[in-house]
Amino acid sequence: AGISRIFDKVPLSLLQTYLVGSDEGLQQQLAEAILREKKSFRINIHLATSLPLPSERDHLRPRIDLIAFMIDIKSKYSLRNVEASLAYVDASFFLGKVCFLVTGVGRMKYCSVEMSAICKLREVYSSPVLFCELELEGIRVATAQRLLRMLEICAGFIPGVSALYFGSLMSSSANY
Amino acid sequence: MDEIVAEYIRRTVLKIPRDQIRTMLQQWGFLSEAQLQAINFCQIKDSISQDVVQLCEQFLFFLDNYIYSNKRLWSVYQMNKRGEETDFFDLTDFKKKFKRRLQSALTNVTINFREYEDNAIWIRIAWGTPYTKPNQYKTSYVVYHSQTPYVFISVSVLKSNLPLLCQALVAASNYHDIREMELRSHYLNSLKDIVFKSYSQNFQSYYPKPLQERNVAPENLMIIQENKNEKERIKRVNSEVFGDGPQPKLEFAQYKLETIFKSDPQMNVLNRKVPFRCLVKFSSPHLLESLKSLAPEGMADAPVSPLLTCFVNP
Repeated sequence: AGISRIFDKVPLSLLQTYLVGSDEGLQQQLAEAILREKKSFRINIHLATSLPLPSERDHLRPRIDLIAFMIDIKSKYSLRNVEASLAYVDASFFLGKVCFLVTGVGRMKYCSVEMSAICKLREVYSSPVLFCELELEGIRVATAQRLLRMLEICAGFIPGVSALYFGSLMSSSANY
Repeated sequence: MDEIVAEYIRRTVLKIPRDQIRTMLQQWGFLSEAQLQAINFCQIKDSISQDVVQLCEQFLFFLDNYIYSNKRLWSVYQMNKRGEETDFFDLTDFKKKFKRRLQSALTNVTINFREYEDNAIWIRIAWGTPYTKPNQYKTSYVVYHSQTPYVFISVSVLKSNLPLLCQALVAASNYHDIREMELRSHYLNSLKDIVFKSYSQNFQSYYPKPLQERNVAPENLMIIQENKNEKERIKRVNSEVFGDGPQPKLEFAQYKLETIFKSDPQMNVLNRKVPFRCLVKFSSPHLLESLKSLAPEGMADAPVSPLLTCFVNP
């Protein structure tokens, strides 16, 4: 089994993405959108409700290339779920291999998670936050494309661009 | 139906010779053959004419329900007895006492009764004032299952008559008092299901899982569910609480809650542990179905908090 190292420039051809969040339906839809995109590599998408992952499947986990945590701004429960899961992620992942997907911002009336909580996540974990209304197909497709680009970088497919460099690029552009 | 009108029908039918009554009703053509057969034309004429009046009243209930089905808002009330006395329920006595109570307080009120097969008594009440005749367009309905202490009331607009209505019910049924149960819905049968607990309760039984041919689309092999076991546990636990069948349609519910404010002890808010009293209100197009989907949709842990499942078993 391959060992995932940040600057490993020898890519294995099967990339592993993890989507972690409490909304299974939305995860499934996003996963299908990702698979529909044209790509030059093979990909497996793991859907999990929370971390840690169940230990039964540990032997089947060769590498983790990207972890996307999904938060629904309408559900405090989804935020608490992600916060609890973050504690189980090794620090090395936060150098560009983690991102947050925040859905539900289109309906301000139903927001129960405050923006300050999201900003805090971005600062504390130095990871990019993408606001995406995943219920809308167009945005879902665009998000899938962005995730695939990130995945390519994290897996070392793009020469000259490392996950850490890309991560810091995303964070600095967010501070406008 | 206006009592004067009902009385008119009764007296007029009495005037018709017995052997002509059936022909007359058949000529009218309004009653079905089954309904005609239900009338015993061998009994005394007084009873025959009573039967005809009752059939006309039945049409009144039928018409009301046809127009307003599921548009009425029903509330549930529970009556309490003082002691353990189990009186036999006397329908005639109940009707007499109920009518007497209401009519002694209000001169202008129309009351009609209808008994159904499931021991349910439906009461239709048209309210008037000392100066106006009863308004047949804004009626209150009461459904009382005589074998239970529960009464379902659809008051419509005139809430001021509610205390009098409750008093009449308690007096007529030989109970001590009555209280509102904080459950409301447009669907009477759903309320009955909840209150009488007759909807499907899930009993522990073993269902062997059938072997399925896994015709998975190639795309789906690349999507891996990490928490399959957990998802199955959630489904099972949810089933145990809510049952597998469709949920009764409840739209409003509320309860009073006494709780203690929890805060970081260092914050020093509320040094004394004085309980809060609050009223918790729920409103939804389909409350029980929403609560049932909380855990599977990833919005709450399973098993769901008893603060939410109390409506399933009140």
